[in-house]
Amino acid sequence: MFLYTEGGHSIPVVDPISAADAGGVFPLLWLVIALPLLGAVVLLLGGRRTDAWGHLLGTATAVGSFVLSTLLLIAMMGREEGDRSVTQHLWDWVSVGGYEIGMDLLVDPLSILFLMLITGVGSLIHVYSIGYMEHDPRRRRFFAYLNLFVAAMLMLVLAENYLGVFLGWEGVGLASYLLIGFWQHKPSAAAAAKKAFVINRVGDIGMSLAIAMFFVTFGSASFTVISANASGAGEGTMTAIGLLLLLGAAGKSAQVPLQAWLLDAMEGPTPVSALIHAATMVTAGVYLVVRSNFVFEAAPAAQTAVVVVATVTLLWGAVIGCAKDDIKKALAGSTMSQIGYMMLAAGLGVYGYAYAIFHLITHGFFKANMFLGAGSVMHGMNDDVDMRHYGALRKLMPVTFLTFAMGYLAIIGFPLFSGFWSKDKIIETALVESPVFGICALIGAGVTGFYMTRVMLMTFFGEKRWQDGVHPHESPSVMTFPLIVLAALSVLGGVLYLGGWIKDWLVPVVGKAPEHELPFPAIVFSLITVAVVAVGVAIAWLSVGRRPIPSTAPTDVSFVTRAARNDLYGDAIHDTLVVEPGKALTRGLVSADRSLVDGLFTGGASLVQGLGQGLRRAQNGFVRSYALSILAGVVIVLAALLVVNL
Amino acid sequence: MNDFPVLSVLVALPLVGALVVPFLKGAVAKQAGIGFSVATLVLAVVVAAQYELDGGMQLTETYNWIPAFGVHFALGVDGLGLLMVLLTALLVPVVLLASWRETETAVDGNEQGSPTAFVAWTLALESLSLAVFLATDVFLFYLVFEATLIPAYFLIGGFGRAGRSAAAIKFLMFQLAGGLILLIGVIGLYVVSAQAGTPSYLLSDLMALDIDTEAGRWLFATFFIAFAIKAPLFPVHTWLADTTGKATPGTSVLLVCVLDKIGTFGMLRFCLGIFPEASQWATPLVIVLALVSIVYGAFVAIGQDDVMRLIGLTSLSHFGFIVLGIFVFSTQGGTGSILYMVNHGLGTAALFLVAGYLVSRRGTASIRELGGQEKVTPVLAGLLLVAGLATLGLPGLSPFISEFLVIIAAFQYAWYVGAVAVTGIVLAAIYVLWMYQRTMTGPTADVVTRDQDLGVREIAAVAPLVAALVFFGFYPIPLMDAANPYVGDLLSHVGVTDDPPEVTAPAAAETAEEGEY
Repeated sequence: MFLYTEGGHSIPVVDPISAADAGGVFPLLWLVIALPLLGAVVLLLGGRRTDAWGHLLGTATAVGSFVLSTLLLIAMMGREEGDRSVTQHLWDWVSVGGYEIGMDLLVDPLSILFLMLITGVGSLIHVYSIGYMEHDPRRRRFFAYLNLFVAAMLMLVLAENYLGVFLGWEGVGLASYLLIGFWQHKPSAAAAAKKAFVINRVGDIGMSLAIAMFFVTFGSASFTVISANASGAGEGTMTAIGLLLLLGAAGKSAQVPLQAWLLDAMEGPTPVSALIHAATMVTAGVYLVVRSNFVFEAAPAAQTAVVVVATVTLLWGAVIGCAKDDIKKALAGSTMSQIGYMMLAAGLGVYGYAYAIFHLITHGFFKANMFLGAGSVMHGMNDDVDMRHYGALRKLMPVTFLTFAMGYLAIIGFPLFSGFWSKDKIIETALVESPVFGICALIGAGVTGFYMTRVMLMTFFGEKRWQDGVHPHESPSVMTFPLIVLAALSVLGGVLYLGGWIKDWLVPVVGKAPEHELPFPAIVFSLITVAVVAVGVAIAWLSVGRRPIPSTAPTDVSFVTRAARNDLYGDAIHDTLVVEPGKALTRGLVSADRSLVDGLFTGGASLVQGLGQGLRRAQNGFVRSYALSILAGVVIVLAALLVVNL
Repeated sequence: MNDFPVLSVLVALPLVGALVVPFLKGAVAKQAGIGFSVATLVLAVVVAAQYELDGGMQLTETYNWIPAFGVHFALGVDGLGLLMVLLTALLVPVVLLASWRETETAVDGNEQGSPTAFVAWTLALESLSLAVFLATDVFLFYLVFEATLIPAYFLIGGFGRAGRSAAAIKFLMFQLAGGLILLIGVIGLYVVSAQAGTPSYLLSDLMALDIDTEAGRWLFATFFIAFAIKAPLFPVHTWLADTTGKATPGTSVLLVCVLDKIGTFGMLRFCLGIFPEASQWATPLVIVLALVSIVYGAFVAIGQDDVMRLIGLTSLSHFGFIVLGIFVFSTQGGTGSILYMVNHGLGTAALFLVAGYLVSRRGTASIRELGGQEKVTPVLAGLLLVAGLATLGLPGLSPFISEFLVIIAAFQYAWYVGAVAVTGIVLAAIYVLWMYQRTMTGPTADVVTRDQDLGVREIAAVAPLVAALVFFGFYPIPLMDAANPYVGDLLSHVGVTDDPPEVTAPAAAETAEEGEY
């Protein structure tokens, strides 16, 4: 491993070693993906025969991948820092005119963290779903899709080249489509699924063109090749690639302006929201930016664009989270906002990459925890999602309440909880690197304190506002066990930063950040953040906790509340700018195709037909006479030619 | 085996079938038809096994036919031809199996032609299509090119929904017009060839000819227009949706997945092969037409209510991609286009057939009247989704790689060409998934029952297509091995070379070698 400098930062250039040479457990790398893939294939092709045990197989393959990932992590920790990048060549994928692309995997300090998150949280959510989906007649299919998702997500983070990333990228998009629309008999679910896919495809324009630019510029899509030659490309090229990658990342990670699909995606079953639309898939954009650090380090303008998009999104999502009465949508707004924090860190470059990943992991713990907690609440409330119908659930659902509370304390950044460490570092870095964005991030933390306290109070505290016939009850242990594990991780996730571990661990991939001068001691930043969060919590307590909550949402609310309830008019903007003009264009083209384009030729044809009519009448009047006359013509021509030949 | 005229036998085998089948009755005729088509497939595989991957025309057979005009009965197979032959030979048994019942009952109660006739015409069309892909004499090509219209006409006019007669005539009018223009070009080639010495219609002789620039451009135009109608390309596409909307799904597969390929096949083999200078001269206009086809076709597809018309129009968009890849003149574009021709054949065939299953169950092709299938007929819904995902270019299914190669090549040609082409991937997601949403999801309608799900025969018919889509999605190397040498030869004949990467990377070569362990 060696480093080269670009614009003052050092970008690591890694020479990975092959899995076969690395030995140990590394040659089994492919199996991490193959296990859940096999699960998906067996369950989908096996059909109803596998109904009885499908959920068990699905869970077993996810757990198997987790065990293997753990072994890989241990093996990797035992290796020298410079030897932790291991590739595995599976087969040649594309070979055209000098472009050689293999189905290649790369496991390194960055991807191993994702492996642990995806298979770990993934396994827990599989276990939870055994209980959550117990009464669904299509449970086996649900597990097949979950397995498909895990396999695709692992492909995304293990691919050694951008084409492989794109394979996983679209694979998770497909799984997301299938799972959002899992209850497809509901038109809203089917529409939400399509919306998610189509908006992601807009982002894919960016991905596709970025990959095209990689090929045109470097003749390759391999991380190893591109990072080694990144210094040879011009800043303009790298900026263009960076912006295109950002477009792709914005689609997958629901960043403004491609954010509108995430709230609708809550139509999917809650475990899906926890796994795909909170913990893993939606963070793929962050992975993409961090993985492409060799691009962004050479493209400061693109980095600025990342920071701007991230800051807008972190506030946008937080504001939406404040006004939603649907518990899942409040959490979805929160997810959007938290990914904004990760993107912000990633946009800060070498100072922020490690913190982006750190927050990504802790967020994976506490947000999965809270989504599953929300699912547990819904399970006890006849699938009602309206928090105005909740209240006073802490006594009846003690496990759900306590575990949710751990997630709550983590996300608002309560001292010593996991979110405290990870978000704090992002705000601190942002304040030092670009104060304007840092202050926005700080404000966002206050808003987070507000909306999360609101969710907490409306759900677990206050008066009971249950609908008739609802008898809240704690969920079975198959569901509470994952909650307990995730709650523990939400509390303890900060250990990843013990002694700056995660920063050092990621140095071989993202480079080592120069020490920056803090204007105050770090503890001052923490105190400021905690104070701002406390203000948010207090406001929530005053406005929600101390007043009775009407069981239908009041309509005489301020413009801001109305806007936030309507997702800040994200859909209206899309409709006005894209959807309606697109529909009008479609209608116009369809009718033009009929009248203008077709008319151009059928006009000529009807002339011919007019002439032909006379002939037809003279003969037998059958339309087939046309074909028969050609046939006769061909026969005559052939006969003539044969005669000539003789 | 060297002297055995394997290609002639390949062409003759389905023709024999077409002549034998009319004397059989009912199920026996269908079985015989499948027997002949499977035998043809086996023979096509034998040809593939004998083919050597290093390129060039192979297994050639040349017999003098009309020496006065330099016409030969000449067959040969190269990488392009081989892939088209294999595609054709695979699709015909699939169509016959899928159409087993289709020809007995019409969707709208319309009287159908006899099932025996369907089988016979299909085999006749297969034989003529194979001859088209194997002909190495331009005159022979022209004859079989025109002759394919006869079985195609009878297949459209004899089987399908009300209004098929008018559709068949429209189809024929367009194709005859194209054929007439092509005839002018074919005669012109004779003149050029005769002026240069001995007249010859052999492709190899014509490719070696030094054609006058002016004459070359005129002749190119005749060939290109004929192939643009066949493919089809905007604005001469309006026969396409009318035809697929009325014909049976099986006929639509034969038309769109096999017969239309003759258009892009002809552009590669004849336009680029015989008129390389004119092809490059026409490039800007052709690229504009291709881009318009991609975007326009997709928008018009989105707006369709008839599912069979919709699928037909998706092909307009796809043929835009294929033509774009051909005319950007690079290895990526050329190989991408040839793979696209194969993959589009597989994916669109699956889409037509599965949508056809749906239409025959519900008695209507109007998307507005469909819906709510997925819950009770999961196999039908699943297969429609897989075929749809292939059509929209999902990675992991074979059309992705070909579409992606064309997009890269277009981007390399000019960034704005790539940028326009890439919008096709968004529009494709809309037309496929919106169609799926409206036909498959939503509350289950009363008319939908569990026994409507697909039977074993229907699944078996599309299973080979799905298997091929997945296999070549992850392992397209065999297709590339066949296409690459052909494209390399063609581009060096045209006289262009690929642009090297902007950043030349000595480190890249080392790493790539280290990757081979």
